[in-house]
Order: sequence, then structure tokens, then C-alpha cells
Amino acid sequence: MTCLKHTLPNGLQLIAECYSDAYTLGIGFFVRAGSRDEPAELAGVSHFLEHMAFKGTPTMTAEEVNLAFDRIGAAYNAFTGEDATVYFAAVLPEFQEAACRLLAELMRPVFPPDEFDREKQVILEEIRMYLDEPPFGADDLCRAKFFAGHPLGRSVLGSTASVEAIGVEQMRAYHRRRYAPNNMVLAAAGRVDFDALVRQAEAFCGGWESWDEDRMLHPLEPAYGFHLSPKPSASHEYLIQMSEGPSGYSKERFAAQLLAAVVGDDSGSRLFWEFVDSGLADSASLAFSEHEDAGVFTLTLSCAEELFSDNLERLRKLIRGLETDGITEEELQRAKRKIFTRTVLAGERPRNRLFSLGLEWLLFQSYQSVQEKLRLVEAVTLEDVNRLIQRYPLSCHATVAAGSWEAIQ
Amino acid sequence: MISLPDRGTFVHRYPNGLVLLGEPMPWAESAAFTIAVPAGSGWDPADRSGLASVTCEMCLRGAGERDNRRFISDLESLGVEWSESVSAFHIRFSGACAADVLPQALEVFADVLRRPRLPKDELENARQGLLQDILSVEDDPADLARRELRRRFFPIPFNRPNEGEADHVRAVTWAEVREHYERHFRPNGTILGVAGKFDWERLRGHVGDLLADWPSREPPAVVETPRSAVVAHVDYPSQQTHIAVAYPSVPYDHPQYFEAVGTVGVLSGGMSARLLTEIRDKRGLCYSVHASHRVRPNMGAVLCYSGTTAERAQETLNVLLRELMRLKEGVLEEELDRLKSQYRTGLVMHQESSAARSAAVVTDWHLLGRTRPLAEIDQRVRELTTTALNRFLQENPPQSFTIVTVGPQPLEVPRDVLEAHAT
Repeated sequence: MTCLKHTLPNGLQLIAECYSDAYTLGIGFFVRAGSRDEPAELAGVSHFLEHMAFKGTPTMTAEEVNLAFDRIGAAYNAFTGEDATVYFAAVLPEFQEAACRLLAELMRPVFPPDEFDREKQVILEEIRMYLDEPPFGADDLCRAKFFAGHPLGRSVLGSTASVEAIGVEQMRAYHRRRYAPNNMVLAAAGRVDFDALVRQAEAFCGGWESWDEDRMLHPLEPAYGFHLSPKPSASHEYLIQMSEGPSGYSKERFAAQLLAAVVGDDSGSRLFWEFVDSGLADSASLAFSEHEDAGVFTLTLSCAEELFSDNLERLRKLIRGLETDGITEEELQRAKRKIFTRTVLAGERPRNRLFSLGLEWLLFQSYQSVQEKLRLVEAVTLEDVNRLIQRYPLSCHATVAAGSWEAIQ
Repeated sequence: MISLPDRGTFVHRYPNGLVLLGEPMPWAESAAFTIAVPAGSGWDPADRSGLASVTCEMCLRGAGERDNRRFISDLESLGVEWSESVSAFHIRFSGACAADVLPQALEVFADVLRRPRLPKDELENARQGLLQDILSVEDDPADLARRELRRRFFPIPFNRPNEGEADHVRAVTWAEVREHYERHFRPNGTILGVAGKFDWERLRGHVGDLLADWPSREPPAVVETPRSAVVAHVDYPSQQTHIAVAYPSVPYDHPQYFEAVGTVGVLSGGMSARLLTEIRDKRGLCYSVHASHRVRPNMGAVLCYSGTTAERAQETLNVLLRELMRLKEGVLEEELDRLKSQYRTGLVMHQESSAARSAAVVTDWHLLGRTRPLAEIDQRVRELTTTALNRFLQENPPQSFTIVTVGPQPLEVPRDVLEAHAT
């Protein structure tokens, strides 16, 4: 495996992990445009724009775009987050050029007004779909409360009202600023012909004009507290709890991943034994996610409503115990082993590598091979994790409980 | 162009009926296994829906020398990623790990098959966990629609919710769990599939040491009762109306299986497929719409789903059903060409995952009594023609729809669809 990089004169950066023995390749554009970059009146525009990218380009209609991807048998899609929008395709090696060309087309959408209006309806349906699914929007609410005005607190989907109010010209202006070549990365992993990729990027993206646009980073000043989100018809209660962790630039992020595995992995963790093995909850987990200026631990728990208040008390005790006594060496070693296995298994599929490769380069200008990552995880000590628990106490959190009123009261 | 392996999978049948399948992927660093035990929810007694799921849960709460905690900590120390699932036919245990620890991982699961502790004092915990799973489906109207569709469409007793019914699960006793285990956990009918990096002769010997003296048992008899098409609505205070539709197709071992799958690809393979184009792209009616081809012994089915705001649900249902009925007018050359490309990418990608291959060879064996090499599938797909697909659609037009909606209001099924039911 070799990692190769190149930058076009207009600032577009290319990065690729090339494996000569892979069967397929994953390729994608990673754009520094997410909900955190949106002005309040355009909440949801990054995600709406991601949909509109498939709805017509200077040379292709929406239908032609889909037909062309399907003709080369691509497994392709896009997703939007707080920090980035990602467009990707997994293809056979003979279709590298076609996939690169089509993805580059998506980066220059034309926003036909009829498609814009129709797609707005699709987005509104997507918002309603998530409101029907547990935790019924409580995750967005918790994020807003926890981040308390920080840009990372904004909802990726936006609200029905904000999406309804977005106009084509506003989206066009947002696109011009955020989809400049110097604000994105073209990444590839697997059986990649890198020399050809450079030529293809020059041909398809070389004419794009750069734009002087940066992202404002802000220190996180989280707000703690308990909030209710009523859902009278729910049979379960859903708890979302967010607390602070190290940012993606911090060396402590590997310790944070290990802590999340010890406390909240879906099997064998402290939350698992306390709540899931005992049948007190149908799920309980802790995840760690990293951004440029903040890191977040997100704890989720769902259980039948009659168990909820007892479970809250148990959770408090569990966290108190963790903060008093720390974790054990044995727990740390098992968590390391888990992360090793997952990393190695995931690394066998090129498209899995694509996402961490592209996002880490886009957000942190950092590259680590799977082997380097494993070495960094291995180097984490018990003291590192226990120090992290003290620095970023899970007992300081914003919490949202969604469910029927009575149980929460 | 990348060629797909055409060698057969290694097969060994032990005298007690256990089947071991081995699909070598020498370039991989990992090995994955899937164990399918013929003890699925279809064998739940009529008043104990969920017994298979309780049994599965109890089998994982310690086996052989290991209690519950040691079972999990040993697997984690070995670095085995594992999971379990219950389907109508099987309880499945699957795992993936570094190739060098496969023998130890199989030892742990051999204990699960043969020596589960079924700890009495943990039955209540297992039951409570499952009851919460059952109730959580009630909170997700899309899941609820799919569950209620399966219940009305598939033949009794293979139509039950795998997680069971709350009242039944509350009544399950430890003796019933023990009995379900003793009747249904048997080597004859159990399939163990391994894919990835392994040495076949050593694997065969090792599995023989672990499982060859597991005594076989008489398989229990089961009577299937087919269902006829129905339309049903579940009232639910949701934002969207969730629409689930099923119709019969052909089974996995049918000579026209690939034609059948091809027709579903025309509906839902890729973003240019008909359902997404007509319902989402042209009309903006929904975010989510899809169809998939499912197989079971002796039957195939097409299951479709869409969710959309209540006011737009009637139009969504109408367009969905119209597209299903329009299939018999035929598919286009261009549609088939796109499908073939997608299928080929999918097959090649399958090769990148030992976990996916170990599950696939087990399913092949269950439904065909042999495995299908990827090269054979590749060839069958290449040979598909629109003439063959269209002949299949003439002979097997989508009809006899079972339709379930979950949402604030029931929908009307268009008259021509109801008439097609009558045929």
C-alpha cells in the first residue's frame, strides 16, 4: 500500500491509498461544507444542496446523472454532516475515470427551479421520516442545547420552516463559496491508478475557480442541563446525553475512543453489563466523535418507560463510579483488541478506508495508515484514559429525554 | 477485467449430518464464520412466539467452562467480532476475526451449540431484554409496517415476528427454553460456513474434533399453511404513512430465479430504477422507497416499502402499485444493461468481505443444497436477456398483493389492483 498526494494549481487536493491487490476502488469528493457553515436563515442548506447536486449539471440532466452512474455499476451516494459533505462511488477499476468524471459533474450543479421545488418536498419528507423514528428528533435537540450557540449545534437537516424558506439563489451563493476547489479534497482508496487520477482531476476540475473562504473555529462552551421532549405515543423513553471530549487535533482522541469502547460498546462494556445484559434497557451505548474545535461523547439509552427513572439513577452511579475509580488495565486491553479487530476488518474494504482518509485529510490535514493508527491506539496507557476521564467528566452533560410525559416527570 | 473465482467451495458432511463449507480467500487476513442452526422462530409453539429468540439469548449467557462474563471477555480478548440473529428458519451465530484465532473462536461457539449453560437465574434478564425489543418496534412505524406485512404474507408458521409476541415471551419458562434447545439444536440441519484465510484440511479436522460426535436428532415435522392476499391498515399517530407491499415470486432454486431478481432490479436497483424515478424524482412524493427480492425454501417474494406524509400517501400507493403492474409490459434493453453492471460490481465487492461470503455460502447450502460460485452467478447474469425477463414477467406478473399501511388514515387500493387479486 502506498499513500500518494497531489495538489492542483486551483487548490484542489488529491490523496489516495493505492493497493495493487484490491478488487475495487472507492473515490469521493469531500467538501468543507456542513451545517456548521450555515447562517441561521439557511439551516439545512448544505444537506439540501447535497440532494441538488444530483439534479442536473451543466452537461447532464438529473436523469442522465443517475443513468450514467448505474451504467458503470457504481455503488454511489452522498451524505452531509456538521463538518463536511461527501460524495462517493465504489466501482471496478476499469471505471475509475468515468466515476471521477461523474463525481466532478456533481460538484457543479445548475439548480433547475422545477427540480429545486420538487426536491424540497423530498427533503421535507426526510425530515418527517426522522420525526417518526426514535428518538423523534431528540438528538438534534440535545445537540442544540449542548453546543449552546456554537456552530456545531446546528441540525444537519434543518427544520421544516428553514428548508421551506431556502431559495435557489441563496443556495447558489452558498455553493459558490463552499464548493471552491481549495475547499475540498478528492480522495480515493483501493485499486487506484494515481497518475491517471491526477490527469483526470486536471481535466475535470482544473478549470474550477478557487475562492477565499475559510471556516471560523470557536472554542466550545457547552451548556449542561436536563430537557424534556414529549412524545405521548411512545412506549419507550429515549435518553441522549452529550458531554465534552478532546478535539480531532488532540493526541487524546485515541484515549477517548478507547474510553467509549470500555464504557459504551455494544457488548462487554460497562453500559452493556449494567443495562442490556440485565434486561433493563434494550440499548445503551457511548460513542465518541471528533470535530476541528471540539469532541463529543454521546451516550444513548432506550428502555421501557416504567424502568426509566431507576435507570437514570443507575446511570448516575455508573458514571460516578467511573470518575472515582477509573477503568482497569484489563478493560483497556480488551478495548484495544476490539478496535484492532474492527480496524483490520474494515480496512479490507476500500470504500471503508475512503471515508477516514478523505475526512481526516479535509478536516485535519492528517494522514495515518491503518498500521500507524493501530500503533497509536496501542500506545495509549491506563493513565492516559483515567486522566481523560478527569479532564472530560461524563457527569457534566446536556441531556434530552424523549418519551411520554408521565414517566419523565 | 477482474475475473471471479470459479472453483467450488470446499464441502464436508460429517456422519452426524453437520455440513462444513469452506470458501478460501487467501488474500484476506481475516476469517469469518456463520453457523446456522435449524431452530428459528418458525418452530416456536403457537402460544410461545419468541421462544427461539429467548433460547438464542440464553445460549449466549455462558457455555461449557465459561459463564456469561467470561464468554464475552474471552471472545473480546481473542478479538472476535460476533453477533447472533434469529430468522424464521435458523438461529445464526456469526463471527469474524484474525485468521490465526479462528480455531479458538470455533471452540467457543462449539460450546454454545453443545453445552450452553442456559442459566436459570438469567432467564428473567433475557426475557426483559427481549420484551424491550418487542416494544421498541411499536415506536417505529416503518418497522411495524414491515413486521405486520411479514405476518400477513408468509405462510404460517414462518410468518411470525422473530422477536416474538410480548404476552408469549412473558409466559416462557426455563423448561420450555431447555426443550427448544434440546429439540432443535442438532448437527443434522446445522450448516457451518467459513470464508477467508484458512487451511481446509486443518479446519475440517478441527471442526470434526469439536462437533463430529454431536449426536443427531430426528428433525421435527412442520406443516405450512399458505396465506392469501390481504389489505390491512394499522392506525398510528405518525407524521408519515408507512406503506409495505408484498407479492409472490420464485424461489432460489427456480430456473428463472435470476430473471425474477432482474425484474426487481428494474424496480429498485440503482438510482435510475423505476420506483425512485417515478415516486421520488418525478413527483417528490417521498424520501424512502425500495423493493427487494427475498427467498425462503420453496418460495420467493418481493417486498416493497415507502413512507410519505399522510396527504400524499394515497398517490404514493397508487404510483407504487401502478409501477408494479406495469412491469409485465416489459423491461428495456438499456435497463437490463445497467442492472448487469450493478450486479457485477456487487459480486466483485462481495469478494472483499469474508463475513459476507461465509453468510452467502450458508444461505446457498440451505436453499440449494450446494454453493453457487461467484463465477456461476456472474455467468448467469451476463446471459440474461430482455426476452427471458419479459417471458418471465408474462408468466409471473406481479399480482396478489398483500398491502399493509401504518399511519393516521387507511388508504384505498385502486380497483384494477383488486381485480388483479381476483385473477
